[in-house]
Amino acid sequence: MRLLTHNMLSSNIKGVTNGFPLKIEAEKVMEKEVDFNPDFLRNMFYKIEWRPLVDAARTMGYAELPEEVEPSMLDSEDFLRRLHRALLQFHLEEGTLICPETGRRFPVVKGIPNMLLNEDEV
Amino acid sequence: MSPTIAQICLTSSHPEVYEPCDDSFSLVDALLADRSKLLEHRPNLCMEIGCGSGYVITSLALMLGGEEDRCGGTYYIATDVNPNAIMVTSKTMEAHGVYAELINTDIASGLEKRLAGLVDVMVVNPPYVPTPEDEVGNGGIVASWAGGENGRTVIDKILLIADKLLSPKGWLYMVTLTANNPMEICVDMSKKGYGSRIVVQRSTEEENLLVIKFWRENDDAGGFGEIHEKRLVNRTGSGKIVKTLLSGLSFWKQND
Repeated sequence: MRLLTHNMLSSNIKGVTNGFPLKIEAEKVMEKEVDFNPDFLRNMFYKIEWRPLVDAARTMGYAELPEEVEPSMLDSEDFLRRLHRALLQFHLEEGTLICPETGRRFPVVKGIPNMLLNEDEV
Repeated sequence: MSPTIAQICLTSSHPEVYEPCDDSFSLVDALLADRSKLLEHRPNLCMEIGCGSGYVITSLALMLGGEEDRCGGTYYIATDVNPNAIMVTSKTMEAHGVYAELINTDIASGLEKRLAGLVDVMVVNPPYVPTPEDEVGNGGIVASWAGGENGRTVIDKILLIADKLLSPKGWLYMVTLTANNPMEICVDMSKKGYGSRIVVQRSTEEENLLVIKFWRENDDAGGFGEIHEKRLVNRTGSGKIVKTLLSGLSFWKQND
């Protein structure tokens, strides 16, 4: 699970209003290289919640993202490369995503989050 | 050089996971037919709901990834409620050298809030078989076909969710049976502002499959580019619907 996906996931438990972002407990993180595509990053930039991304990256061992951002940074290749690494190259292979409101744990196994709910949570 | 799609010999399998069949092939055929339009469309985010064996998402990633070197330019996400399907999809993708983010979830549960308005291409081969209502949503391989009354129970759920997830330029490709009353689906979708057309029609011994493409009407192209197409489903009355839906088929010539 990449951090871009994590930035798109929220707790789906019935009644939860503050389900984003899910807290990450990382057990195994891998970095896999993928081609750098600035256009893709510039498009995605506007859809990302920045603070959750910075925090999540940190739990995965990457602390190179700026604390605050603004669109002019999209002209900087250095910034784009950091964004690229954070969003697309780090994978949470094993760990847990935790609902910030209920503490409910969603396992991540082999890079795949399990968001299936029990009957009483739907 | 013809575009690559997934190969059956490299597609993984499991007793509880739906193997690629006519419906899967029809959906891939529809995507292939639209391939040049899809490449022009430059989707940032593609999503499959119910990836099963992984045959369709793998084919999509291969056919868009090819010569244009769009590696890293498109984000692929696939979901399935069946954990075995997720595992099989993972293996199928690996065997073909493609990658998608996989999530074990019911339709798009957990993604709906944040992914709203972001999906540029969505593909779905839903459980469309008419079955008793109590066969729906019981998991396992049955969940891959059990569609409840008129085979519409899960389809209708998916369409509601697709409407939230699709971007302003979003396209949805969905497999349906004639038993699902696809014209009614198109009328319902047109009320939400979607144009539609049949991309592929395939009759087998058992089923009459239609792969329908939906797009938001504000997206001028809808994949037609310069061709100025009439609205395919007329909002003012159902009488025109038969004619206008058929006008989307390439062999139908309109006189007016």
